Amino acid sequence: MKPLLLSRFTATSCIGRGLQETLDALRRRQQALKPCNFETVDLPTFIGEVAGVDDVKMAASMADYNCRNNRLALLGLEQDGFADAVNIAADKYGRDRIGVFIGTSTSGILETELAFRERDPVTGALPAGLIYNKTQNTYSVADFTRQYFGLSGPAAAVSSACSSSAKVFSAARRMMEAGLIDAAVVGGVDTLCLTTLYGFTSLGLLSTQACRPCDTERDGISIGEAAAFALLERPSPNPSSNEDIHAVLLLGIGESSDAYHMSSPHPEGLGARMAMQQALQSAGLNPTDIDYINLHGTATPSNDAAEAKGVTAVFGHDTPCSSTKGATGHTLGAAGAVEAVICALALQNGLIPGGLNTRKTDSLLKLNYQLQNRNQPLAYVMSNSFGFGGTNCSLIFGLAQSEEPNQ
Amino acid sequence: MTTELTAYIEGIGILGPGLTDWPSTREVLTGGQPYLSSKTVMPTPELLPAAERRRASDIVKLTLVTSLEAITVAGLEAASLPSVFSFSNSDGLNCCTICEMLASGDRQISPTRFHNSVHNAAAGYWSIATGAMASSSVLCAFDASFGAGLLDALTQVVVDDSRCILMASDTPYPEPMFSKRPIPDNFGIALVLAPQASLQTKAQIKVSITHDDACKFNDTSLETLRMAIPAARGLPLLQAIAQQKNRRVVLDYLDNTRLAIEVSQC
Repeated sequence: MKPLLLSRFTATSCIGRGLQETLDALRRRQQALKPCNFETVDLPTFIGEVAGVDDVKMAASMADYNCRNNRLALLGLEQDGFADAVNIAADKYGRDRIGVFIGTSTSGILETELAFRERDPVTGALPAGLIYNKTQNTYSVADFTRQYFGLSGPAAAVSSACSSSAKVFSAARRMMEAGLIDAAVVGGVDTLCLTTLYGFTSLGLLSTQACRPCDTERDGISIGEAAAFALLERPSPNPSSNEDIHAVLLLGIGESSDAYHMSSPHPEGLGARMAMQQALQSAGLNPTDIDYINLHGTATPSNDAAEAKGVTAVFGHDTPCSSTKGATGHTLGAAGAVEAVICALALQNGLIPGGLNTRKTDSLLKLNYQLQNRNQPLAYVMSNSFGFGGTNCSLIFGLAQSEEPNQ
Repeated sequence: MTTELTAYIEGIGILGPGLTDWPSTREVLTGGQPYLSSKTVMPTPELLPAAERRRASDIVKLTLVTSLEAITVAGLEAASLPSVFSFSNSDGLNCCTICEMLASGDRQISPTRFHNSVHNAAAGYWSIATGAMASSSVLCAFDASFGAGLLDALTQVVVDDSRCILMASDTPYPEPMFSKRPIPDNFGIALVLAPQASLQTKAQIKVSITHDDACKFNDTSLETLRMAIPAARGLPLLQAIAQQKNRRVVLDYLDNTRLAIEVSQC
């Protein structure tokens, strides 16, 4: 594929608002998962809650979009000068030449969950204040983002469960290569809600502790919430400035489907393997070129086992890898974008973030799983995102200077 | 400069109120038969294993039925086809039931209910049923979902030089959500798109973005259907293909951003 420039990016999760707090938290190995006290949820699990989401105020013109998911989206968009960067790009290319592709799994469903408690006792009707299309509908967060910037190019929400906001990069790449747009706002936003907390409980996939990816005693996920965004543009043909050569590029994308089971991964990690191989192929790289893999690493017994089989089939046993879900929790439809941003931070800061909460790495996985932070220059990193329904997406990022050794 | 994306339509599948398949729909869209709206008849998806068939919700059945019609007409195997699913919501009945349960004293939703609630449930079942391991996009753009799906599928065809199947489907919510989102019935369209002409080609399409007004149906029942269900916003394209003449149609997409399609016969 033709490389794409992440000209600006940002992430807000339980470990921090914006890049600096996120990087500091990773460096300090900060534990932010906490026993679940969300809403009226009475489950013995841990969550990664973003502080202050309910304090976020929507502008009057955007009031109809007010729901937890769009409040978190707004909080995320206002970090790291992201909104300014999008507005500059809009002036440069035109508002109709910027696409918006945002991943989410549950969008603003919490608003509807709460509205069902307020049904009219006689008619059963939902309260008049529930504005379905601006809150609950899956497109809501993409629509919100598009309206926030006043953009008029193509847009969609990508909703393939936990691969959603990895696959937004693919949708944007195709639109840019087809010439329909010159830039894209991509990202992922998912927020805590009852559907996922009780839903994952029904599958027996929620950990009773802070999740422990790749641990011998891993027992499930900790659900988190996050908003992460990137502005994608075509890279400068002649990268010269310091900023240019330290820029992060999207170099490869691989996508596949397991065609196996609705809520369990292919036991041999076949779909995952195909996605990783395709990403390498599209980047024109070999497995030995990858310096770090940010695993999907949910900490369910089956995901980590299947992913490890896929990783070792492609990479062997030596490539350093970790899951950052021990820090952020599993932010579901936002995970792909959050971990893309973590990969970008890893590249720019020469940091392999060691996995949190993992005490004893499962030796059966045969992975070079990193338990401690490591500082070393990184040229190419891969991020894996897999989801329900057997949907897989692997992304490869690299520093612009690695692509342009003579610059 | 207007960017134009070209593709060739090799297969069409359709199911909706009063519309049972492409051959009969073609008759309706060309005026050979009157459009008589009646409740969508949902067939049993034979392709699914028995256990999955039992659990399959309407959105799963819709995508399977329409996609199989399109793939069969195109003379293809689904197993190697990249896919695009575009739905304005996940299965409406299942979503409503989960919200009711979560508001009740007993929040223990079943595993099947939960995995059927994800927007990509139909994509998951589809890949299990067909054995397709290629990539799949699963999109939502509310009322613009058909256009969003068509554009995404076209970019796969043009950029990746690959065939692609688009499945655009919608299912109704029961009350109390129906009052908030009144989609009246199940409706789905599937299109197999290819980068080159072949013996199976039904029509060539050239798609670009426009601000022109969307095409409407003169027939009030068809126009009601087009406006009531997001996937039915694609019907004017199907009419142009059915008429077998060269025609420009404009489909609704986002706000005043619409899709202009030059349809020509091959």
